[in-house]
Amino acid sequence: MDTLRQSPSPCSSRPSSPRTPPCETPAPVGIEAVLDQLKIKAMKTGFEFNIMVVGQSGLGKSTMVNTLFKSKVWKSTLPAPGVPTPQTLQLHSVTHVIEEKGLKLKLTVTDTPGFGDQINNSNCWEPILGYINEQYEQYLQEEILITRQRHIPDTRVHCCVYFVPPTGHCLRPLDIEFLQRLCRTVNVVPVIARADSLTIEEREAFRSRIQKDLKSHCIDVYPQKHFDEDVNDRILNSKIRERIPFAVVGADQEHLVNGRCVLGRKTNWGVIEVENMEHCEFPLLRDLLIRSHLQDLKDITHNIHYENYRVVRLKESHQLPRGPGWVNLSPVNLAPTSAGQPTTPRPSKARKRAQEEPKYEF
Amino acid sequence: MVAGESGLGKSTLVHSLFLTDLYKDRKLLSAEERINQTVEILKHTVDIEEKGVKLKLTIVDTPGFGDAVNNSECWKPISDYVDQQFEQYFRDESGLNRKNIQDNRVHCCLYFISPFGHGLRPVDVGFMKALHEKVNIVPLIAKADCLVPSETRKLKERIREEIDKFGIHVYQFPECDSDEDEDFKQQDRELKESAPFAVIGSNTVVEAKGQRVRGRLYPWGIVEVENQAHCDFVKLRNMLIRTHMHDLKDVTCDVHYENYRAHCIQQMTSKLTQDSRMESPIPILPLPTPDAETEKLIRMKDEELRRMQEMLQKMKQQMQDQ
Repeated sequence: MDTLRQSPSPCSSRPSSPRTPPCETPAPVGIEAVLDQLKIKAMKTGFEFNIMVVGQSGLGKSTMVNTLFKSKVWKSTLPAPGVPTPQTLQLHSVTHVIEEKGLKLKLTVTDTPGFGDQINNSNCWEPILGYINEQYEQYLQEEILITRQRHIPDTRVHCCVYFVPPTGHCLRPLDIEFLQRLCRTVNVVPVIARADSLTIEEREAFRSRIQKDLKSHCIDVYPQKHFDEDVNDRILNSKIRERIPFAVVGADQEHLVNGRCVLGRKTNWGVIEVENMEHCEFPLLRDLLIRSHLQDLKDITHNIHYENYRVVRLKESHQLPRGPGWVNLSPVNLAPTSAGQPTTPRPSKARKRAQEEPKYEF
Repeated sequence: MVAGESGLGKSTLVHSLFLTDLYKDRKLLSAEERINQTVEILKHTVDIEEKGVKLKLTIVDTPGFGDAVNNSECWKPISDYVDQQFEQYFRDESGLNRKNIQDNRVHCCLYFISPFGHGLRPVDVGFMKALHEKVNIVPLIAKADCLVPSETRKLKERIREEIDKFGIHVYQFPECDSDEDEDFKQQDRELKESAPFAVIGSNTVVEAKGQRVRGRLYPWGIVEVENQAHCDFVKLRNMLIRTHMHDLKDVTCDVHYENYRAHCIQQMTSKLTQDSRMESPIPILPLPTPDAETEKLIRMKDEELRRMQEMLQKMKQQMQDQ
């Protein structure tokens, strides 16, 4: 490993490890050393992941975040009884650094208290869209500077987890309105919250109705069909798509079940184990967000959603950057209709445009 | 009357309470149909007979309540309905034929509070404040099987605090007489302490510990609806049907209806003095659609009166001339 540190060029002809016996085949070029280099670099810089949780109060958003990252990332604060809920949606973010085996993850969780809690919820999604676009704008401003930082701090929302209340019937008008608007700007993963109030049959029926609703309203949730790169992706993602939305239960207390210590909720009729696939689908959500698709979420946010935003913004200011020229952006109007999404509701067109442009190496 | 957001298990609870399936042919609306849905009022009437005692049960459902994106004043159709029933009864009571008055007034409103919130939501407060002077409101915590016991306790306390803070008058259980036996007093105390009731409903019968019980089958256990340790369903059923049904009707008659009637009469008399018309001995009711029969009768009597007055006038004239 020491040899690698001294010669970082990928054309090094020294084998990375004594895996291949040198006398059998001609010595390999050693390209696989790149993986190790990437790993070392990642260990040094760490990862960033920004997640937003949206849903009505009481659906277990903060508990879910704590359960996902197995640490008290978030402590939800309840307003005093009788205090009226604030009229406008206040978003607030908390950043934590989680470390596992030497790898650091800078996790930012943005909560949206008060979403959908008012009597009149018209346009309650606007502060959220505004926030997301603001993050894109910040990144864009950093990107178009003449002398820009080596590593632009990435505060863009990589994933928005939307909590659907377990009514058992179908999506509510508020859910549909929100999802339609947000799927064009950010990766949305809908989940059925507090799924311990639904039996297995009710859960399946609810899930199929939600899937039907999503299809009929052309809401494209993550993982989006268009972005499957190859057959393997498609197979993997289809399996996920069949189970979306996941029925999840969150818990941050441990109980003793059959001699094992499990995370769960203890009721008078049994213990709901959060990590038990027969009880709820929390492991699927965790695997999707962290173990298998974390990098993919970031890639799609950067390559597609952010690019869409950038194209719209630059077209608005009627100037595209040519070389190291200084681009004057017109004053930003962060209203959701004019930035971050095409003016006509045809999301597929914007994505095709982005795909035609040269893909960024990330 | 049952009120609350959709998906809180209202129809299932009604089914469990009265063991009748009133919603066999119900078609759940899809999300698109719900976008433009307004609050409807649906009445289902069923005759229940048990051991010779007949009960005509009317259940008023309020689909669409609290479902839209903008729910301002979504309780207005419900409030209007309750007023309409009072008005109907008022008319019938002041009418000529009082033998067969049908009492359609709402005796009790079961309001379903979502267990997922942290207490009362603005919609809940708005609804209860609009209707607490018109009908007996019994708040319930719906779908209580998603709460662990400590959460249920906390939620009940919080809801009780908020009800006090917002000044909402929910249905109060009457005090029991001092000469009742201890058991009864204990029961009564337990009842008052468990309000609002945390209920679970079920349409299915499952097998638990060798017995067939009404419940919900989960992979982690079976929730029995009639088990007092699992939920307050039994308390609710006893309260509603076995012990407090008559009191609910009495409070509706004596308090809510009388309030409505006094308010109505006050309005009418103030209107009359405003119009400065001669006050008639019998208050004229502001009837939107008076009964056809009685109207004909009144018209006939009016005609007769007028004819008699004309004749009197003529006779007077003749006498004066003479």
